[in-house]
Amino acid sequence: MSPTLQLFLIVSAALFCIGLLAALSRRHAIFILIGIEMMLAGANLNFIAFWRFSSEPHQPTGVMIAIFSIAIAAAEAAVGLALVISVYRHYRTTNVDQLDQLKG
Amino acid sequence: MNSVAFIVIAIFTLAAGLAAATLQKLMHAALSFAVTFVGIAAFFFLLGAEFVGLVQVFVYIGAVAVLIVFTILLTRRDVEKDRMFNWSGVVIAIAVFGGLIWAILKTQSLSVAAPEIPALTVKRIGEVLMTNYVWPLQCVGLLLTAALVGALILVMEEKQ
Repeated sequence: MSPTLQLFLIVSAALFCIGLLAALSRRHAIFILIGIEMMLAGANLNFIAFWRFSSEPHQPTGVMIAIFSIAIAAAEAAVGLALVISVYRHYRTTNVDQLDQLKG
Repeated sequence: MNSVAFIVIAIFTLAAGLAAATLQKLMHAALSFAVTFVGIAAFFFLLGAEFVGLVQVFVYIGAVAVLIVFTILLTRRDVEKDRMFNWSGVVIAIAVFGGLIWAILKTQSLSVAAPEIPALTVKRIGEVLMTNYVWPLQCVGLLLTAALVGALILVMEEKQ
């Protein structure tokens, strides 16, 4: 027996929630970025799974969206890590709890 | 599709992802992050999207993981010692996971087996990318250029 669409969706939901856990519960800015990347990867897995199990596999729409999503995730990672380095130069910390200058 | 391969890849990917989310040492977490993305690329290969799997390996393991490692090296001064783990994040993540699982298991139309499909060749992807998706492709190119220039400006040394 081969895996059904449900199993792929469960795996990608688990991956998304692991990313959410990393993004919400860690204090280090790089961990938050790693969590966001994992959430994006879970969404990509969903796109590919829905394409593979669809009734019209001749249109590679899901594959295209996954490719564009990977490109946008790479751009996001580059800007996010540049921001981490820039913040580190100003405040000498990467702990997001200490970045509270805008707190009212 | 092979279910043994599916189970092995699923356990591998989720274990590496959990390690990346919970390990204390930043460098270990970054390496687990790379391993997680190897697992996701294996999923793409299993699903018949070989091109996306290769792109995933090149972009994430070749570029993003290396970028993360270099950022860790550049911001090494405060090695994370804080054992403060925010438990509300754990609660929220488990609640979201429960909701998603409930929705997935409740939907009857999702328990379908994979149909036989013709292999998706790189030639076909290239054709589609250059005809139907040529405007999104140009926009992504513009976005990547803007993002890289922006990242360079952000990390440039400030002149006094």
